[in-house]
Amino acid sequence: MSSDSKKIRELLESIRLVYGYDFTDYAEASISRRIQHFISTRKIETIDELAKIVLKDEKAFEELVQEISVTVTELFRDPSFYKSLRENVVKRLATYPFIKVWIAGCATGEEIYSVAILLKEEELLNRSVIYATDINQKSLKIAKEGLYNIENMKSYTHNYQHAGGKRSFSEYYIAKYNTVLFDKSLRQNIVFSPHNLAVDKSFNEFQLVICRNVLIYFNQQLQNRAINLFYDSLCPFGFLGLGSKESLLFSDKQKQFEDVDKKEKIYMKSK
Amino acid sequence: MTKNAKYEAIVVGTSAGGLNALFVLLETLPANFPLPIIIVQHRSKDKNDLLEEVLQNKCKVKIKQADEKEKIEKGVVYIAPPDYHVLIENDLTLSLSADEYVQFSRPSIDVLFESAAGVYKDKLIGIILTGANSDGASGIRLIKANDGLTIAQKPEEAFSPVMPSAAIKTNAVTHIWPLSKIRDFLLTLNN
Ligand SMILES: C[S@@+](CC[C@H](N)C(=O)[O-])C[C@H]1O[C@@H](n2cnc3c(N)ncnc32)[C@H](O)[C@@H]1O
Repeated sequence: MSSDSKKIRELLESIRLVYGYDFTDYAEASISRRIQHFISTRKIETIDELAKIVLKDEKAFEELVQEISVTVTELFRDPSFYKSLRENVVKRLATYPFIKVWIAGCATGEEIYSVAILLKEEELLNRSVIYATDINQKSLKIAKEGLYNIENMKSYTHNYQHAGGKRSFSEYYIAKYNTVLFDKSLRQNIVFSPHNLAVDKSFNEFQLVICRNVLIYFNQQLQNRAINLFYDSLCPFGFLGLGSKESLLFSDKQKQFEDVDKKEKIYMKSK
Repeated sequence: MTKNAKYEAIVVGTSAGGLNALFVLLETLPANFPLPIIIVQHRSKDKNDLLEEVLQNKCKVKIKQADEKEKIEKGVVYIAPPDYHVLIENDLTLSLSADEYVQFSRPSIDVLFESAAGVYKDKLIGIILTGANSDGASGIRLIKANDGLTIAQKPEEAFSPVMPSAAIKTNAVTHIWPLSKIRDFLLTLNN
């Protein structure tokens, strides 16, 4: 282990003790890249210096959390995932009188509106509640506002159509200057809340849990923890959707799930 | 021990014209090639481009798309998946990331090269082939700074010279070679 790598471990350990944010089981390559990037943009010289700053200045710490919690996301990212979700999951959710969905690591909310649109088109939205969580409070605030840059709408419309969208995508938002605001009807049954997959517990029971492109930032142990948390939060025969390169490979609950769509990483709790 | 026995991994970066160049490099490698090769070929988000299958059809060495947290094995060629960066962990596993684009690219060559340099240090070979932007140049610099071996395809013969030229401009490239020479060099590592 290089000396930098050791210093980063020490820094993450102190952050855990001081602030209660646990990044110690994040995959190291990615988090050290983010930390190095943070250092180089702040004109900080060394990791020791960074540690001194963030451990005594809470604001600097929050900025570091922003850097570490990667917010990159899209509406209908991976259209084929949403297509499968519509065909293989959402239709089956219709048998429940009341539907609870948990979107973990929702970032700035694009994923939430994608799921809300699916539920609406299958006429399930008015009896659904979507719990949207993330560790990044700033992202949650953006998600709650539902205001996005108009620049991306062209590619999102393309995604929506490839995801099997049934209407004209522009029906779902109002454009004003260079932003778009998603329709109120999509936003009414969403509960936004901070939740940390590395330390917090299960808080409800869901028919569907979606957590995409978050596990890749975790090491195997933390991936296992998160999947146990999803398992505990799913009703019998509840569904779990992961990112296209994520899987249950490192989970001791692997055998307690069945494939719904192996390629799209959609699973059902079977035991 | 030959002087080559010191190397433990090869990383390769390429974009425009990369497929043909990769054929030349990989086609002649034996199935039991003694090093892992990790490749970023810029590709579109389209998940059905069959890059791995197309390469495997002509190659003896095993070719696969890089998977999340998979153990890096000798004699296997790993290709970065569409829409994800690939990084190397200290325990010699692969990690994927959905971070923002780097050098307008995801997967990005710089992201792979920089993380590989930190792990393999002087036991790494970094190769830049044909390509139309300057992704990889900063990665090459870091490989060199860690005493790794850096190679760029000769720009004059590259399908697109921009990428190898950008790498060469950093003054951190050890060898500027035509593709056939890079291929022959890889074969010498086999002994
Ligand atoms: C790359 S984004 C993925 C966003 C979205 N799910 C998608 O696939 O487009 C990763 C998100 O995971 C969140 N995250 C990182 N660590 C987390 C943790 N321990 N608990 C909850 N969310 C976390 C980040 O804040 C960020 O919003």
